[in-house]
Amino acid sequence: MSPVLVDIANLSIAFPTQQGLSLAVREVSLTLGVEKLGIVGESGSGKSLTARSILRLLPSNALVTADRMEFAGIDVLRAREAELRAIRGRRAGLILQDPKYALNPVMTAGEQISEAWRAHRKGTRRQARAAALDLLAQVQIRDPERVARSYPHELSGGMGQRVMIAMMLAPDPELLIADEPTSALDATVQAEILRLLEALVSRRGMGLILISHDLPLVAHFCDRVVVMYAGRIVEELGAADLSHARHPYTRGLIDCLPTLTHPKSRLPVMVRDPAWLA
Amino acid sequence: MIEVEGLHVRFDDVHAVNNVSFAVPRGSGFGIVGESGSGKSTVLRAFSGLNPDWTGTMRLDGAKLGRQREKQFFRRVQMVFQDPYGSLHPRQTVDRALSEPLLVHGIGDVEARILRALAEVALPPSVRFRYPHQLSGGQRQRVAIARALMAEPEVLLLDEPTSALDVSVQAEVLNLLADLQQRRGLTYLMVSHNLAVVAHLCPMIGVMLGGEMVEQLSADDLRHNRIAHAHTAALRALSTELEEP
Repeated sequence: MSPVLVDIANLSIAFPTQQGLSLAVREVSLTLGVEKLGIVGESGSGKSLTARSILRLLPSNALVTADRMEFAGIDVLRAREAELRAIRGRRAGLILQDPKYALNPVMTAGEQISEAWRAHRKGTRRQARAAALDLLAQVQIRDPERVARSYPHELSGGMGQRVMIAMMLAPDPELLIADEPTSALDATVQAEILRLLEALVSRRGMGLILISHDLPLVAHFCDRVVVMYAGRIVEELGAADLSHARHPYTRGLIDCLPTLTHPKSRLPVMVRDPAWLA
Repeated sequence: MIEVEGLHVRFDDVHAVNNVSFAVPRGSGFGIVGESGSGKSTVLRAFSGLNPDWTGTMRLDGAKLGRQREKQFFRRVQMVFQDPYGSLHPRQTVDRALSEPLLVHGIGDVEARILRALAEVALPPSVRFRYPHQLSGGQRQRVAIARALMAEPEVLLLDEPTSALDVSVQAEVLNLLADLQQRRGLTYLMVSHNLAVVAHLCPMIGVMLGGEMVEQLSADDLRHNRIAHAHTAALRALSTELEEP
C-alpha cells in the first residue's frame, strides 16, 4: 500500500453572496496515494477548488469546512502560513493552464527555474543554473541552453508548459496538481505534455492530480477518475472502467461528444436530473 | 457558393497561407482543420474581409470579391467567433446586440425579428434585456449565432464556435447549427482543431499544415481512414486514440 498523500473527508467550500451562502463544493471525500487521479467536471463543478484546497490556495472569502483535510499527515486547515509555505511549491507543485500568464514575463526561463530551485534547495547560483539545465533536459527540451536564455514570450505554448513543469519539479515534490495543463495547447503538443507528465510521475514516484473537463483524455492518462457535478463527486471509477460508467451524468459526458469512429446524425443532449443535486 | 483559388496571405516575412484553393457548394459545409499557426483562421479571416493583405481569387456565389467588401457582402456573409464573451459588447444588452445588424442594413420589423431570432436559437424571451455577463457561456454563443442570423445571411463563417464551451453545451450548439443549416439552407465554412467536431458538421474537410492545404477529403473518408497525407493521419490518430476506451 502506497503512503497516503492526500486525505480529505467531508470537504465543503462556500462563498457568501447577497442571497446567502453559495455552496461550491459539497461533502467531498477522497484519498490519494502515489497514483494518477483525474478530477473531471464542467465549468463550476468545483473540481479546481477541491484540488486547490489541498494547498489552501482559495479566494480569501471562501468558507472551508472539513472533517479531515490532510496533506502527508499535515492538517492543512489548521496549519500556519509558514507550514503551508513548506508544502506549496516544495512538497506539492501546481501547474496551471496557460504558461503565458503563469510565468514571469520579465525573467528568462532559466532564471525562473533556478530561483525555484534555490528557494527550496539552498544551493549556489552555479549549482542552481546547472540544476535548471538538467531539469529542462528532463522535460525533453532538445536545446536547454537556448530555452534557459529565452523569455516566456519567445517560447511556444508547449515549450512554456514544459518550463512550468520543470520549475515545479525543481524542489522534487511528492505531489503535482495539474489544473487543465493542456487545454491551451494543440492536440499533438497536448499528447506530448501528458506523456511527459505520466513518465515523470511514475519515474519519481509522485502523486498526480489532473484536473480537466475532458473525460476521455483524463481516462487515458490516469489510474482513477472522479467525476464532479455541482460541487459533488457523483461517480468514482477506475480509468479502464469508463465504458461501464453508471451515473447518467458521466454517461452523458461521454455520449454527447462527437466521434470519428461512431458518427451520429444528432448528438444526444444532456438532460439534467434535479435528483443529481440531492 | 464559396470559391477560393490560389489564395496567398503574407505577414511581413511569414507566408501564412500558401496557394490554398477549395470550393463549397450552396447549402453544404467545408471544415478546415490544423494546428495553431497552420493558417486555418487566416483563410477564414481573408474571406470574411477582416484581412485585406491577400492575393488570389475568391468568389461568393460566382461574383469576384475585391479587397474592400461592399455592404451587401456583410448581409450575405456573417461570422461567429470562438469566444462569445470577447465578441459581444459587455455594455450592450442582448436586445441591442441583435438590433444592431438590423439598423446597419436598414431592415425593419425589429421587434418581431428579435423575438423570432431568440426563439430560433432556443433562448427564452427573458434574456432579451440581459447583459452578456448575466448569461452562461452556451447562452452567449447562442446570442452570437442569433446576431449572425439577424441579417438573414446565406453563409456563416464559424471560427472554433464550440471550443470555449463545455462538452454538453457543445453538443447543444452543434445540434443547433445542424438544424439551422437544414432550415435555412445555410452554407458553412468552419475552422476547428477538433476533427470530430468538424466531421460532424461538414461533409468536406481541408487539412492545413504550415500555410498549405495538404489534403482535402470527405468526412466519410476521414472516418474510414482513407487518408493520403501523413499529417491528416497523425491528427486522426490523436483524435481517435481517446475514443477507444
